[in-house]
Formats: sequence, C-alpha cells, structure tokens
Amino acid sequence: MLDSITFYFFAGVAVLSAALMVTRHNAVHSAVLLVTTLLATAGIFLQLRAEFIFITQIILYVGGIMVLFIFVIMLVRLDVALHHIRFRLQRWVALFVALALGVEITVVFLFARRLPGQGLLIQEPAPADKLPPNTEELARSLFSSYLLPFEIASVLLLVAMVGAVVMAKKRIDQ
Amino acid sequence: MSPAHYLFLSLALFLIGAIGVITRRNVIVVLMSIELILNAVNINLVAFSRIFGDVSGQVFALFIIADAAAEAAVGLGIIIAFFRNRETVLADEMDLLKW
Repeated sequence: MLDSITFYFFAGVAVLSAALMVTRHNAVHSAVLLVTTLLATAGIFLQLRAEFIFITQIILYVGGIMVLFIFVIMLVRLDVALHHIRFRLQRWVALFVALALGVEITVVFLFARRLPGQGLLIQEPAPADKLPPNTEELARSLFSSYLLPFEIASVLLLVAMVGAVVMAKKRIDQ
Repeated sequence: MSPAHYLFLSLALFLIGAIGVITRRNVIVVLMSIELILNAVNINLVAFSRIFGDVSGQVFALFIIADAAAEAAVGLGIIIAFFRNRETVLADEMDLLKW
C-alpha cells in the first residue's frame, strides 16, 4: 500500500515536471524542472530498494550534471538568442511520432501480458525485507563480473574530460 | 507493483524526452531532453533488476549515469565552442555542415 502511494506520487511528479520541462520557453525553468524530474526518479529508485543508484542519481545527476547545464545556460546569452519562432510543422510531426511509438509499445506490453508462459510482466518482486544489502551486492558485482566495463568507463570519462577542455578552451594562436 | 507500472512510467518519460528532442530549438534544452531519455532507460534497468533479484541491471544503470556525464561534458563543450564562433544556440541556425 505504502509502496503504491510512493510510486504514484513520484511517478506523477516525474511525468508532470518532464512535460512542463519540454514546454517551457525559458531554459532556466527547463533546467529546474529537469532537476525535479531527476529527483522524482531518484525517489522511484529508492522505492525499488536501489539505494546506491538513488544516492548516485542525486549526487551525480542533480549535483554534477545539472550544475554544468546551468553554468552553460548562464554563459551563453539566451535572451539574445530567444525569439520564439517555432516550427509549427515539426511539433505535429513530433506528436505523431510520439503517439505512434507510444501506441506501438503499449500494444506490445498488453499482448505480452496475455501470452501463456510469459509471466514477465505480471511477476511480483521479492519482499523487500529479504533483500541482501544493496550497496554491498553492487560493489561485489561491479568489481568482479564487471571489472573490465568499469575500467573502460573510467577511460571514457578521462577522454570526455580532455575533450570538453579542448572544446571549451579559447584558441590563442588565432 | 508489477513491472508494467515501471515500464509505462519509463515509456512516458521516454516519449516526453523524444518530443523535446524533436521540437525544441535551443540546443541546451535538446541535450536536457536526451538526459531525460537516458533516465527513462535507467528506470527500466533498475525495475527489472529488482524483479529478477539480480544486481546486474543496477550496474548497467551506473554505467549509463557515467555515460550521461561524459556526454553532457562533451556536448556542453561543443555548445560553448559553437556559441563563441557563431553567437547562437538555436538548432536551426547551426548550418555549417549544410551545403
């Protein structure tokens, strides 16, 4: 019961603020609404008993990536760039594509529930009080089975850091 | 809570992000919509990790968060470089590669 209430609360907040984020004109408003969406998603992760992902989402997404976004929004002069000529046609195309994709996936979900032997979508999760400690399990898996992807991810972050510095640096020789 | 709940939440967030990518002119907001899409994928991974009692899904969610950080850093670096050269962040004015 409490699980359902938590889920519907966070899901509602996430979808509502995501929809507002896409429709606001002001980029700063969009950024703040995206922070709300990410925090609500973090709540969903907590409701799924994924404590480590929950705290990583808050520290890394909300504390790191969104601060970067807001910095860049402040650095570029948006008030000069903002004249609201929107593509009318593109909006209808986007709505049509989204509706088509949504209807398609919904139909697949509904059919998958009816197939005999495909209990994937109606299976209930294990009770929460019998779960092993989340962070410990995650660390064990990350540093044994997934050690190579972990190292590759660290190299990727290094490359991205160098790339970002090279991109954003001012050219002196010109 | 059956997996279908999480699947439909994830689907809704994904579609909103896709609409944002297609309709917005401001490249920064387009990047933010891409972050929203990555986040929707993470919900699926963590939900199925919970259903199957296997922690691998959460490991992949962690990798996706790291990738999102890398992508945001490089993307925003490109936006700053572009703004320095062309004084715009609007997607339909970025036509340097258009012939």
